[in-house]
Amino acid sequence: MTVADTDVLDIAREVVLERGEGLSEADVLRALRLPDERLPELLELAHQVRMRWCGPEVEIEGIISLKTGGCPEDCHFCSQSGRFPTPVRSAWLDIPGLVKAAEQTRATGATEFCIVAAVRGPDKRLLSQVKAGIEAIRASGNDIQIACSLGMLTQEQVDELKAMGVHRYNHNLETARSHFANVVTTHTWEERWETLLMIREAGMEVCCGGIIGMGETVEQRAEFAAQLAELGPDECTMNFLIPQPGTPYENYEVVPGKDALRTVAAFRLALPRALLRFSGGRELTFGDLGTEQGMLGGINAIIVGNYLTNLGRPADRDLAMLTELNMPIKALSETL
Amino acid sequence: MTVLGVYCETCGKPQADNEHAVCRARQEINPPRYCRECRRRMVVQITPTGWSARCSVHGDIEG
Repeated sequence: MTVADTDVLDIAREVVLERGEGLSEADVLRALRLPDERLPELLELAHQVRMRWCGPEVEIEGIISLKTGGCPEDCHFCSQSGRFPTPVRSAWLDIPGLVKAAEQTRATGATEFCIVAAVRGPDKRLLSQVKAGIEAIRASGNDIQIACSLGMLTQEQVDELKAMGVHRYNHNLETARSHFANVVTTHTWEERWETLLMIREAGMEVCCGGIIGMGETVEQRAEFAAQLAELGPDECTMNFLIPQPGTPYENYEVVPGKDALRTVAAFRLALPRALLRFSGGRELTFGDLGTEQGMLGGINAIIVGNYLTNLGRPADRDLAMLTELNMPIKALSETL
Repeated sequence: MTVLGVYCETCGKPQADNEHAVCRARQEINPPRYCRECRRRMVVQITPTGWSARCSVHGDIEG
């Protein structure tokens, strides 16, 4: 019997579940091609992997848009690009609003608050606003961990964010390297990769993922999982395309639920030790039942409440779901 | 009773078009983007637990 004849889930049990190593690109592809009738088995294995290598806790995060819209980049999925005729108008959140959003997030039991700006990279004004915002959040007595997502960075900016106390930085590669130029033309996949390496080198946690459903092939999903595994992020965000009016992808189909679940489980097998976070699009792609299946199929982190330009389901519904699933919320003390 | 206004808050087209089933479905995940009175695009800020939208002529709404 050759390796190619061995059932991919048997390989995953040996390599991922027993040894804690990520599945190879070729085997992730085989997992993504499993038929629907084997999906429950795949999800169950992904859940076992998550429980063994990450534990039962779920990390909860809230996000806020500090600077909305007017972005000079042309990410084809994004309603905040200034290059597309979307209904999103530019907006800046003031410091009291930021502090209030952090309070709302902490009140849900979240340990992570991510400050996001729609920019190519931060300028001095934005970094100054972030710094003032973090100081104000701390002055309010809020001890939540603060993450940022401000686009591509220079080394100097990385150092500034580190000095501000930002402990994790989100910068998504968005999709497989071979597909990236179809999604974004104003910068390269490699530029994003360079920022991620600087973040890692500076000692901040790396949060990196992407969006499923942007016209990539199943082979490119496997490629993307392998590239993320090579990066080895502390957290991987799993977004599913919300076709945004006015963008080039406004008429794209939402990823079918079973394909989305297969992708979640396959990414867990590629990244056995990472936080795998349900992010944008889960309400549309998965619904309530699919969300629970995802939580039992490899996911161990969620964004609660609203997103940047879209509304999520109320936080209390997610918290009730976690209680029902007997999944404890990760405490802040465990993250320090 | 829901007050529809003159324009659809999701797509900005007249409510009288009566073709807003997709818009209504979208409202579960989208805050209002257009003023229902004058169809101006509004400045919208989403927070973890809500949203606010401002029309430069007709003022603020929240949800």
